[in-house]
Amino acid sequence: MQKPKLIVDGKRLDGRGFEELRPIKIEAGVLKRADGSCYLEMGKNKIIAAVYGPREVHPRHLQDPSKAVIRYRYNMAPFSVEERKKPGPDRRSVEISKVSREALEPVIMKELFPRSGIDVFVEVLQADAGTRTACLNAASVALIDAGVAMRGMVTSVAVAKVEGNIVLDPMKEEDNYGDADVPIAFLIRNDRIESIALLQMDGRLTLEEMKKAMELAKKGAMQIYRLQREAIMKKYMKEETEEPEEENEQ
Amino acid sequence: MRKIVMPGDLIAKNPRAAGYGTYVEKGKVYAKFLGLLDKTDTSVRVIPLKGRYIPSSGDVVIGIVREVTANGWIVDVYSPYQAFLPVLEYPENAMRNKKVNELLDIGDAIIGKVLSIDPKMKVTLTMKDKVCKPVRVGRIVAINPARVPRVIGKKGSMIKMLKSELGIQIVVGQNGLIWINGDRRKVSIAEEAIYIIEEEAHTEGLTDRITEFIKKKKGELENAET
Repeated sequence: MQKPKLIVDGKRLDGRGFEELRPIKIEAGVLKRADGSCYLEMGKNKIIAAVYGPREVHPRHLQDPSKAVIRYRYNMAPFSVEERKKPGPDRRSVEISKVSREALEPVIMKELFPRSGIDVFVEVLQADAGTRTACLNAASVALIDAGVAMRGMVTSVAVAKVEGNIVLDPMKEEDNYGDADVPIAFLIRNDRIESIALLQMDGRLTLEEMKKAMELAKKGAMQIYRLQREAIMKKYMKEETEEPEEENEQ
Repeated sequence: MRKIVMPGDLIAKNPRAAGYGTYVEKGKVYAKFLGLLDKTDTSVRVIPLKGRYIPSSGDVVIGIVREVTANGWIVDVYSPYQAFLPVLEYPENAMRNKKVNELLDIGDAIIGKVLSIDPKMKVTLTMKDKVCKPVRVGRIVAINPARVPRVIGKKGSMIKMLKSELGIQIVVGQNGLIWINGDRRKVSIAEEAIYIIEEEAHTEGLTDRITEFIKKKKGELENAET
């Protein structure tokens, strides 16, 4: 297949500028039976995340007597891509699960729940590049919705190099035909980027390009961070009107 | 109205004020989980909006026996950790040389008290307390444990009102399980009321509204009888 022209008159295929995110929609608390959940749309990506726990770990030998174990399952629905994907975990999804889990692990206060486990399930219902970043964003909202103790929020965004330009939040065409794809996740605390929780790179960037990519990603992440907060606020605002009475014994 | 805070929000700069639901890093106090901010001059804490029950010693809990062992019972208290109730912590006067599974069997519900919880989160229960007993009658209602303080109310106002208005027995477990016993129709009213409390946990004048709701329901009950 011939490589299409990805950038026309300084605009990207979907009319975005280089530093623009795709439209994002986040909704918290969509699943009744989960402790915390989130539905997220990032452009054409559609993700649903569910968090269960802290709860008992089975099988028992996986328990850690000093801290909680975190399990993260990234899965793509067979219908999420154009050509039907064979169901079940494969090399790619196992790897994404691992790196995403490792991004979340230092943020969650695992030592507060020894011998327990926190399970995070994220399902990709529709994929359009940058699913691991979208999944992390959804998982992060679901974790907060579940009331899990954490140090801050994880927000993730990808940057790509397309025809020599560094662009934010690539979509499918840019990912497929671009020169580099760099998903990055940050730990954001109190409106400030504290550290990098995940960084991968497919392709090559020069040092200068990498610096620029980081700047772009930081800007994009802050925008997503605000949307994540908004989504959680929206769920609890309606419930929250008056200060609770002082708790007391019976 | 109290502010909703999220994990990582900076809520105070004085580490000595740090209370429940907060953590301190480099002399600054941050929120640990999603909740409502309760801030005074001397202390700051976060009241959780959601989350699992974590046992702490002295809590009254309601649990279900899941396993019977030679020296006690394993009790599910709806927390990430299973609790253990040793036979020795069962009230002596009721033992009368019975076997362990004759006292309590799998599926039986109990009202117990958390005796201790060690750093490895091994939970031990006791039933040597006047509120503790095996539950053989009545109904158990489950709610979000973060809402339990609302069901109890200010200095027990809500629970006292429910008990006196309906003339029923209620025991609230800190783990979100509530035992109600008494006249079946009145228990149903109480159950409905508890679900309303859970739903509207943070609204103003809740006790008054629940009182009204119960009076109305009681009126309907009496009308139906005549």
